[in-house]
Amino acid sequence: MKHSITLNVNGEEWDVDVAPNDTLLEVLRERVGIKSPKVGCERGDCGACTVILDGKTVRSCLVLAVEADGSGVLTVEGLSKEGPNELQQAFIDRNSFQCGFCAPGVVLAVSELLATNTSPTEDEVKEAIAGNLCRCTGYTPIVEAVMDVVEKDRT
Amino acid sequence: MPIAHEFDYVKPGTIEEAIGILAEHGDGAQILAGGTDVVAQLRDDAITPEIVVDIKGIDGLGDIRLAGDRLFIGPLVTFTDVIESELIRESFPLFHEMAVKVASKGIRNRATVVGNICSAVPSCDAGPVLLVYDAQVLLLGPEGERTVPIDEWFVGPKKTDLRQCELVVGLEISSSARAFGGSYVKLGRYRGEDLAQASVAVLVSPDYEYRVAFGAVGPTPVRARELEAEIRNEEPSDEMLETARKAIPRETSPITDIRATAEYRAHMLEVMLERGIRAAVARLNGGGPEYGTRHI
Ligand code: FES
Ligand code: FES
Repeated sequence: MKHSITLNVNGEEWDVDVAPNDTLLEVLRERVGIKSPKVGCERGDCGACTVILDGKTVRSCLVLAVEADGSGVLTVEGLSKEGPNELQQAFIDRNSFQCGFCAPGVVLAVSELLATNTSPTEDEVKEAIAGNLCRCTGYTPIVEAVMDVVEKDRT
Repeated sequence: MPIAHEFDYVKPGTIEEAIGILAEHGDGAQILAGGTDVVAQLRDDAITPEIVVDIKGIDGLGDIRLAGDRLFIGPLVTFTDVIESELIRESFPLFHEMAVKVASKGIRNRATVVGNICSAVPSCDAGPVLLVYDAQVLLLGPEGERTVPIDEWFVGPKKTDLRQCELVVGLEISSSARAFGGSYVKLGRYRGEDLAQASVAVLVSPDYEYRVAFGAVGPTPVRARELEAEIRNEEPSDEMLETARKAIPRETSPITDIRATAEYRAHMLEVMLERGIRAAVARLNGGGPEYGTRHI
């Protein structure tokens, strides 16, 4: 049976009919057309499908779309409506990513951290992105970029 | 890969309604809270329910509160909720220490403590800690309420004492544990996502009564009662720790699997137990590392 759900995606209201076995990841990518959440492991291990659901990062491959009825979803498309934000610019400046597959998830994981903790330690940054696997960079340039933002905001 | 299995979805607004749906569908119903296990299992066809019953629409199931002399934890309480709870951090800090070591933020934001013990994998993080806290599992079914001590809850790998049509409506922990020192030592391959290769929870009372439980080294998380009896009322000393280490093989049955060999697990348990006991006692006496520390 189809369920009619409402999602607020990056500030826009969407009404979609979903089947109970459609995941939020599929609905965002295939129906809403938001392609930044990536299809990685689809079992909660890699973090590539991360989105912010009602203020908190979740793995959208492990959320049924119907569960998200009435919720707000934020993806990197929503962060950068007017061009890259400060954090994204720092990642660009440090050339933090290579293939970029992990990038949307990492950006959102760090955004969630910075929303509640404006001066995290390097360890706290690492903990925040511990669930976002990156196969290219070794994480160093990612952490450095975040610490650039933290230090800039401190001064 | 989409989820191939088709099922219905309902989101009841009350516990009674939920129990009614469970009673109607029996084995065909699957309860859904955070979904981090359930959705992964649906994708694997490891479960093939007729109907998925989302309990997130029921009020009050996300509570963390003191009820008399007991801490109540509702079935919708996530590991993030535990970490953010002042009450837990102050009065049940071992619970906090466990929660910060679960998977990663994106999982902790969604995964529930109750879901963790309902999935009941041998490596579940909540298991050993609830065992040393002597938690009670509160259940409601068509026949009424039932309370199961956590010691009797785990009956096999991924098997619990949950009966058909029952819903876990909460967990209770006695606040007598408030004055105790504790530690949770988790061994994993890497930080972030990994399940425990082995885990040890220790709780020690002011008169040195120890409670010890192990995870991922047997078919279920286990309380080590013989070991506890052998070190009762003793402060940590080389001799006491030797006695404790020697008792480990009687309490555990580690196997070799994808995450570690049996030998490695057995060896590391000795190291972990010693560190766990030392940290718990140091904390009991007002010192020791801050709760949340990785002991290994
Ligand atoms: S695709 Fe969701 S965690 Fe990997
Ligand atoms: S940049 Fe390729 S996975 Fe992170």
